[in-house]
Amino acid sequence: MSPDDRKYTEEHEWVMIDGSDDGTAIAGITEYAQDQLGDIVFFELPKIGDSVAHLGKMGEVESVKAVSDLFSPINGTVTEINEKLLDHPELVNEDPFGEGWIIKVAMADVTELDSLMSSQDYDTFIAGL
Amino acid sequence: MLSEYNLKTALYDTHVTLGGRMVPFGGWDMPVQYPNGILAEVAAVRTATGIFDVSHMGRLYLSGPTATEFLDWVLTGSATSLRVGRARYCLICNENGGVIDDTIFYRLAQDRYLLIPNAGNRPAVVAWFQKWLDERFTYGCTMEDVTDTTGLLALQGPGAATAIDKITNKPLSEMRPFSWSESAIQDAPVLVGRTGYTGEDGFEILVQGDDATKVWTILTDSGAAPCGLGARDVLRLEAGLPLHGHEIDEETTPIEAGLERFVRFDKEYVGFEILKNQQENGTPKKLIGFTLPGRSAPRAGYSLLQQGKTIGTVTSGSYSPTLDTSIGMGYVFNDYVASGANLDLDIRGRISQVTVTDLPFYNRPRRT
Repeated sequence: MSPDDRKYTEEHEWVMIDGSDDGTAIAGITEYAQDQLGDIVFFELPKIGDSVAHLGKMGEVESVKAVSDLFSPINGTVTEINEKLLDHPELVNEDPFGEGWIIKVAMADVTELDSLMSSQDYDTFIAGL
Repeated sequence: MLSEYNLKTALYDTHVTLGGRMVPFGGWDMPVQYPNGILAEVAAVRTATGIFDVSHMGRLYLSGPTATEFLDWVLTGSATSLRVGRARYCLICNENGGVIDDTIFYRLAQDRYLLIPNAGNRPAVVAWFQKWLDERFTYGCTMEDVTDTTGLLALQGPGAATAIDKITNKPLSEMRPFSWSESAIQDAPVLVGRTGYTGEDGFEILVQGDDATKVWTILTDSGAAPCGLGARDVLRLEAGLPLHGHEIDEETTPIEAGLERFVRFDKEYVGFEILKNQQENGTPKKLIGFTLPGRSAPRAGYSLLQQGKTIGTVTSGSYSPTLDTSIGMGYVFNDYVASGANLDLDIRGRISQVTVTDLPFYNRPRRT
């Protein structure tokens, strides 16, 4: 079961408001995504200040077997990246919904989240894959 | 994803039970990895012992008074000079010198051989052999495909010799590399070769299909870690070993692939004239190995460049956990093959500098 405190995309990213009340969202990839990727060895992440667009490419994640694009779940401006991932990309395998978060984004419009999938919808979605 | 038309090895259910992620490969459904992951599986083979189900690879017997002559005609290596009890790696080439497959063949008796083609190439090898049996070796050599009724397991790693002595009915740890011996594992008859595809010491174990699960379980109970195709690919790449469909194919010769040492120039066989000519006069392109710092891996199809001009193509690449750097192999024009030379690699539009490196990338520590 995916955590119900956040929203999901069909590209297997999650996003949640980080609780600071200033419209900052925190985003990462799901348990399903990390399991499909296998051992992650490398992240190519956007820079602080970069604009990201809903379902636009924001970086790359490389596992031993393959490289995949990372898509942004939302529109906004990158305010922070998880620097720990540069030396310890395996954090995303170990704890994709927690320590393995990927970026923080100042959202242009927080109501965008309403259009994303709930945890229940996402779990139904991956069950059908 | 998984096709109902794919073949399954005798160990299919065992892989699923172990949590193996099954993927189609060469017409078979095979585990690409188990729950511990590719990095852990590679580490097991480099530091302890790993076990692979390689039953998807073919098993062909060639038997009869002209079997030696037949194999000398279809292989780049010599069957005549191979002693009973020994095995040899070489290539099966077409009339243009292109590689139909690479193989290890075992001389079981004066007039009997076991030959192991790759999984996906087995139909092509069988058809190719049959063509020459029909055209040139009408009498005295028969081919028998026992892939469906047997299994093949690979026990690989520095702990393999100790592990195998504990379970076979006679010690095999003193066997020389590329030799084979008959033995038994708890009443299951096995043919054990000291061969592999990982760059480590190890054994490949031919079993009857009905015994495959039993022997696998004995090996995993003895501590060997189940390993899948993902780890196998990383290990063979670190060891600089070619993979058919990547470094070698029907359009590529063993000379271009740097496999001259597995090609005889003192006998006549299919493709010989072209290979001899290439050996004497060189080829426009050659296979190289290269390294680049970091973990962003070269992948098959990426371009290698010099001063902005494409001068080659990557055939395989990976992050190497053993060497903690990224490694790759590829073909470049002859002017760019010098060890130590720097080339540019186009990683999806990002240019990284790579250094041409002698193969293999990884040499196992030798016993003293």
